[in-house]
Order: sequence, then C-alpha cells, then structure tokens
Amino acid sequence: MTKIKSGSTVTPKPGFGLNSVMIFGALFFTIPIISAFIFSVQVGDGSYSVFAYMRMLQDPGLASSLWLSTRLALMTVAIVLLLMVPTVTWLHIRAQRAKRVVEFITLLPLIIPPVVTALGILNSMPGFLLNTPYLLGFVYGVLTMPYTYRSLDTGLNAIDVRTLVDAARGLGASWRQVLSGIIAPNIKSAIFGAVFLAVALVLGEFVVASLLLWDTLPSWMAIVGQADAEGAVAVSVLSLLFVWILLMVLSLLDRRRKVRVNVGGMA
Amino acid sequence: MTDLIQSHNEGAATQSGGANVSRRNKSNFRKVLFDYSGLIPFFIFSVIFIGLPTLSVVYLAFIGNSGEVTLANIRVALQAEYLTSLTGSLKLGFFSALTGAITGLAISYAVAISGKKKIQRVVSTASGVFANTGGVPLAFFFIAAVGNYGLVTVNLQKIGIDIYSGSFTLFGFSGLILVYLYFQIPLMVIVTYPAIEGIRNEWREAAINLGATKSMYWKYIGIPLLVPAVSGAFLLLFANAFAAYATANVLTSGTLPLLPVQIGSLVNGNVIADQSNVGMAMGLEMIIVVAIAMTGYTVLDRKTSKWRKSS
Amino acid sequence: MQFSRRAGLLVSGIASALIASMMMAPVQAADSNTATSLADFGGLAGLEAACKAEGRLNVIALPRDWANYGEVIDTFLRKYPSINVDSQNPEGSSAQELAAVRQLKGSNRAPDVVDVGLAYAVAGAAEGLFAPYKVATWADIPEGAKEKTGLWFMDYGGIIAIGYDAKRVKTAPKSIKDLGNAVYKNQVALNGNPTAANAALHGVIAASVAAAGADKGVKDISNGVNLIKAWKKAGTFLPVQASSATVANGQTPITLDWDYLQGKYAKSSAKVKWTKVIPSDAVIGGYYVQAVNKTAANPACARLWMEFLYSDEAQNLWLAGGARPIRLDAMVKKGTVNKKYYADLPKLPAGAKVIFPTFDQQTKAKADLAKLWGSLNK
Repeated sequence: MTKIKSGSTVTPKPGFGLNSVMIFGALFFTIPIISAFIFSVQVGDGSYSVFAYMRMLQDPGLASSLWLSTRLALMTVAIVLLLMVPTVTWLHIRAQRAKRVVEFITLLPLIIPPVVTALGILNSMPGFLLNTPYLLGFVYGVLTMPYTYRSLDTGLNAIDVRTLVDAARGLGASWRQVLSGIIAPNIKSAIFGAVFLAVALVLGEFVVASLLLWDTLPSWMAIVGQADAEGAVAVSVLSLLFVWILLMVLSLLDRRRKVRVNVGGMA
Repeated sequence: MTDLIQSHNEGAATQSGGANVSRRNKSNFRKVLFDYSGLIPFFIFSVIFIGLPTLSVVYLAFIGNSGEVTLANIRVALQAEYLTSLTGSLKLGFFSALTGAITGLAISYAVAISGKKKIQRVVSTASGVFANTGGVPLAFFFIAAVGNYGLVTVNLQKIGIDIYSGSFTLFGFSGLILVYLYFQIPLMVIVTYPAIEGIRNEWREAAINLGATKSMYWKYIGIPLLVPAVSGAFLLLFANAFAAYATANVLTSGTLPLLPVQIGSLVNGNVIADQSNVGMAMGLEMIIVVAIAMTGYTVLDRKTSKWRKSS
Repeated sequence: MQFSRRAGLLVSGIASALIASMMMAPVQAADSNTATSLADFGGLAGLEAACKAEGRLNVIALPRDWANYGEVIDTFLRKYPSINVDSQNPEGSSAQELAAVRQLKGSNRAPDVVDVGLAYAVAGAAEGLFAPYKVATWADIPEGAKEKTGLWFMDYGGIIAIGYDAKRVKTAPKSIKDLGNAVYKNQVALNGNPTAANAALHGVIAASVAAAGADKGVKDISNGVNLIKAWKKAGTFLPVQASSATVANGQTPITLDWDYLQGKYAKSSAKVKWTKVIPSDAVIGGYYVQAVNKTAANPACARLWMEFLYSDEAQNLWLAGGARPIRLDAMVKKGTVNKKYYADLPKLPAGAKVIFPTFDQQTKAKADLAKLWGSLNK
C-alpha cells in the first residue's frame, strides 16, 4: 500500500482482478446483443441477408402491435404528466405530511407482482374496461408509479422546493410565476427521466398484456417467436434500437438545459 | 392524530393572541383537508387500479367453489405440483439473487474505484437501460447467443467446446439464472453503487493513518458499512427474480415448475377441476413472499441512507 | 367563463355520441345466434347474406401450413371477398382457444369458431361455451365423431409420426423408444406444451404406449412422462415448440407430431430433407374437432365457415394437406374425393392397428399430465 500523504484524496486503483471483472461485464452485456444481430441476418448456410427484417417489416402484426404499444406509451406518459407530476409537486409544496403514505402506495406495484395484478384486473374490472386495450394504459400508469414517483421526488428533493416557493410567494410572485419560474425548470430533468422509464417499461411489458389477450409489441413478439425464431430476434433487435434512440433523443433534449437525465438513480 | 395536534400548536404559535380555540381547530382541520385534497386524484386512481385488483385476489383466495369462505384453496396451493412451483420459484429467486449480487457487487466496486468519470457515466446509463430491458426481447437475445443453435454455441462447438454437454440448458433452470443476470446485475449496480461511493476516502485515510491494515479496514469499517446495502439489494434481487414472468415463459413454457408461470397457465385455460380459486391462493402466496422481501429491503435501505446522509 | 362552457358542451356532446354508438354497437340478428342449421337461414343464400352483413370472421389458432389451412382460408376469401378474416394467434394451443372464448366474451374480437382437440371440445361443451349447429353434410360424419345435438363435430385427423431432417440426422429413428438414443442430442421436440396443445398431448400418449404397450400406455400417461424424462436425462429432448421455422433453421431436427404436419416441415426449407415415419412401437391416431362459439362475435359467418369446411371443396383441401378429412369415407363412396391426394396418404406399417385414445382416456391423460409435466426438469 502506498503511503498516503495527508490532505490527498488518492483512491485505490483497480487491480488486475477488478479490471477483468469490468471486462467480463462489458462482454456479458454486449455479446447477446451482437449475437442477436448476427443471428437475425444469417441464413444458415453462411450467407447473410436482411430477409428476416423484411419479412417482419411486412408482417401486418408488427405495425398493429407497435401502434398499440405506442398508443399505450403515450397514454402512460399522459398519466405521468397529468397525475404524477401535479401529485408529487403538490406533495412537496403543500402536503409533506402525506409523503410517507404516498410513498408507500407507490411502492405497492413493486410488492404486488404484475402476474397477480393481471389476475386481479381480470377479476375486478367491469366488462367495458376489459374490452378496451386502454385499460392497459391505466395498469401501466400503476406499474410505472414506483419509478416515475422516485424520479420526480428525487428531482424536487434536490432543490428545497418548499423554501423557494415560500420565498417567492413572500416576495409577491403569483402561482403561475412560481410554477413556470421555479418548479418547471427544476423538475424538467426529472420529468425526462420519468418519461423515459415509463416508455421503456410500457414497450417491454409482457405479463399483463398477454394475460389480457392484447397484442402489444412484446406479446406479439412472443407469439411470433413460437414459429419464427429469426423473425422474433430481428424484432427484438429493432425494439432495443428504438429504446436507445429514444434515450439519446431525450438526453439531447435534456442536455440543452445542461442537466443530465437521471435514469438509474445514480447522480 | 399527532399531526393535527402539531398543526394546532403551529397554528397557535403563529397567531398572535387569539382567543377562540375552536375556531382555530376548525380552520386548521380545513387547512389539513385542503392540503390532502390535491392528492385526491392520486388516491382515487390508486384505489381503483391497485386496491381493487389486489383485494379481489386476496378475497377470492379464501372463497371456495360454491362461494363459501374456506381455506381449501390455500391448502391445495401448498400441495403437490403447486408446492413444487412455490419451491421452484423460491430456489430460482435465491440463486438468481446470489449470482446477481456477487457479480453486481464486483462490477459496482470496480467501477466505483476506477475513478474514471466516463466509465461511470456509461455504466450509469447502461444500468438504467438494461435493468428495464423487457423479458421477451431479452429471451430472444439469449436464444440467438446460447440457444442450441445460437452463435456462441455453434462457434464454441467449432473449437471443440460443447456447452450443452453438461447439465446446462438455456431452456431450464441454469438458463434462467444466466439470463436473469442481465437485469439483476444492473439492478445491483444501481442499488449498491451509491453506498460504495459513499464510503469516504477520509475514513480510509484516517484508518490508515491510525495504523490499520487493509484487512482491518475492511473488517471494521468497510464491510459493516456495506452489509445493509448489500443485503437489502439481495432481497430486492430475490423479489425481482421470484416475480419475473416474461423471460421464464418464453424460455421454459411450462416445463419448469415456477409460480408465476403456473398462475399464467391457469389464466390461459388449463382448468384444474377441484379448486377453481387455487390461482388466487397462489397469487396471495406471491404477494406475501415479495412483501416480506421488499419490507426487508426497505428497512435495510433506510439503514444505508442513514450513513450516507450523515456524512 | 366562455371557454369552460364550450368545453362542457363539447364533453357532453362527445359523451352522448359515445353512449349512442355503444347502444347501437352489436348489429347481430338474434336469429344467427340460435340458428342450428341451414334451414334457419332459409338456405345457403340466406346464410351468405347474413354473413355478408356481418362482414367479418374471427378464427383462432389456425397456422397457414397446418393441414393446408392457408389455402382453406384463401379459398373462403375468394368465394366471399367482402368478408374480412381475422386469423388470431396462429400458433395458439387448444387451451388458449378456449381461454380466448371465455375471456373475449362480448368483445368484437371473440373467436367465432374453434378447432380443438377432443378432450377440449367435450370440456368446452360441458362448460356451455358452444352453440349447436348441424352442417348440411351432417349425415356424412360418422356416429361417434360428433355430439348428437351438434355442439361439436370432428373435422380431420392423422397419425402421430416421427419426422426428421435426413441431412442432419444420420441414424434414421424407427421407433419412439429410439429417440432416447444419445446420438439425437438436443434434437427431439414436441409440437408445444402437452398440457395445453393437443398435438403435443398425443405425442406424449404415443411415448406412453411405446413405453408400456397399447393397454397400459393409453391408460397411464406417467409412462410417457417417464420416457421423456429419460430423454431429458440423455439430453435428447428440447422443450421448444416445433414449427416450420425451428425446422428450417435447424433448431428442431426431429419432431414428434401429426403426420400431416410433418408435411409442412418438409416444405419449410429447401435445405432440409424431411422424412417421416410412422413409429413401429406406437400408432396413435387423433381427430380434431370443430365447434361454434355460443358468444361468437359474428355468428352468421361462424356458421357459413362451418358449411364451407364440410363441403367437398374444403375437405379435399385438407386432404391435400395430408390430413384425413372426416367425410373421407362418404366422399370416396360418392366419388367426390380427390384421387391424387387420397393416394398420397401415408401408409401404415403392415398389420398395425391404429389406437384412437377415447375422450375419457384423453381427459385423464390431460389431468395427470398437468400434475406431472412440471416435474420434467427435476
């Protein structure tokens, strides 16, 4: 161990063991994706073709399931913006006492496995809701709650909202000014993070959609995969690309404000 | 109740003089009511879409074939093939959490002490993406990689290694453990990284200056600080693997006894003659197991944040 | 404020329009739902008109390459171009078909007809899921192949056969017991999950008969499960659903499936040399069963589809797909059978007697399998 001079903040550098751990990690996460890509363009006798992609892109099921998933994602984003953002904002400004209760409620979707939620929905929802795919939108609003709440809560925690609002109000600002001048700019990054998490979850959600017999992108993918492995792999690659592009777009939109998208909870 | 008393006292403090206590009580009560009113849409939404479904499952778990209240569903759910599914899921949860925790912790630690900001940023974003990678595409990535006709399988065969020669198969228990790592490791990294980063260098320096060796530092400072975070994360990973459905369904489709998959196949129409609400009882089982694990995680997470906040 | 009043009017306007459209929504003649034969429609022309008014047919779990269903659907579309055929979940299992009937009741996605295994048909009838209907050619369907009031009736059938890619599989398997040979490592697959899919169920019954003989095998499915468990131990069994795609890309070089499906595997790719053989140690036959959904979304079209399926034209299309249509004997007698396809049907091994598991045997096997199949990986 090197002698540490007082006042310095030398951190130990990773040795061989930990470097190989990081290399293993990088390999483990990239190999499946690379394999998937190659698998989807190979024809089996050594040649390559994009036939699997053409076949999938021409399948009407892809368009209709993608369209359904997109609509559901938009509906979930609407729920985040119209329900979660005002709720969390209100919670921070006016109703701190309720924080424990609300936090507990937002953790419930993590405690109740989605299979059980699907089961419960089939039991308890009236016929007219069960006949519309938009029921899934509401369920997704619930499933994304832990992540969206946490993102928005962390965002508002970073600035002492209560004090700022009190100070602004004390100086004579109207509520509109408070919302647009203080809340909005500070919560924007958190909203981006929440929206990204919601969209990623909706585009990947399988349990509830398949048990309620709706053909969203993932449940359609699973059906396709039963008969056509290459096609399903091709669609999987496409969906991952789509999520990455989405993340990049959100990051870029966010960078203009010089704040980073807080996706994983690691600042 | 204490909240009301608190607000009452606050109200009393801010109002100079003021004689009528009952008027203050009423206005404070109305203030509190108004404060909560902004949360009404949220509460309504939660009651309808969380409360109703969950309560229906819990309620029906105790309702028998002719509508009577009974423990028969639960009894059946704890026997024969249903018990096998429960133990199968518990086993999967445990081993997936174990493998995920060890590898995730190693990666987390390596990244934390590497000090390179770029790696840390990449890992941060990647963790967010991979932790949320849906089960269905993930299953197909692995079929493409290590399925019996996958790229890795075939190329390893070319150099003489047959990964299927032993007891490994992508479409069984070992395969699920492998595939689950893909979202367990990022989850572990997300949860433990802040705790590792929170171990201040000053503590390490102080320990060294006081004459501690590397192993003493770890034994008395490092490990005790990390234990709550790591064990909390373990419980989180366990709950995650226990409840996972999509990947297991695509890869094993019923050949491996797992609780979520069995509930799904009951919904899908494999009617079991005797008890019609066995599925609900199994759902209740899942809620209980995950609730216990998540409570443990929350408690341990709070212990961890205590350390981080105080420093 | 003016804005909110306008918004209020808009909202109430939309609401009333929605309510009105909901009340008008199901435009089904009450007659179609309870019609039990062509007579109730006043003949085929009446039925065709009623179906054209509905404009849509929902079918489920009909892969295009299963007994030539693709051409069956296409021919129907050619006859009635104004009708939209929605083919849902093509690779679905019999269990999933019944689940869809239950779950989608009242929705416009509800399947109009189902094509399921015998055990599922009888269970579904007992549960009250089906509506009785007797097609015009009802008399041609043998007794014992139909429910007497018309709740279900058999459509086509075949024999469980072993299919394999002669290019990849060097040692030709001849019997089911052969499939446990370690030389077939990771090659043997069923057509789906036997607790839900009829073809896979009969595959396991065949294994059971191969392991324990005709009598015991059919009565006790655990023999079949144990045989497949041994295959798992030897590493030959793949818990993957066999399909044209998995055969084409080499994932499932050996399949245990209906003989007419082995035909579709043969056509799946120019690169496979698909050979089929009726196993020497178990000759298991089975017919599939049609039924009309009592809560069909398009009841007239459901019945028109049935009339079409039991016409000579469609029965011959199934024959072209390698399956034995239920009216085969009647058609041979009347001379309406397609002689070329008839001659192409696979020959049975000399002296073999085909075992058709009865409804009771199938139901018991299904129930036992539900308990045993999950232990396959132990």
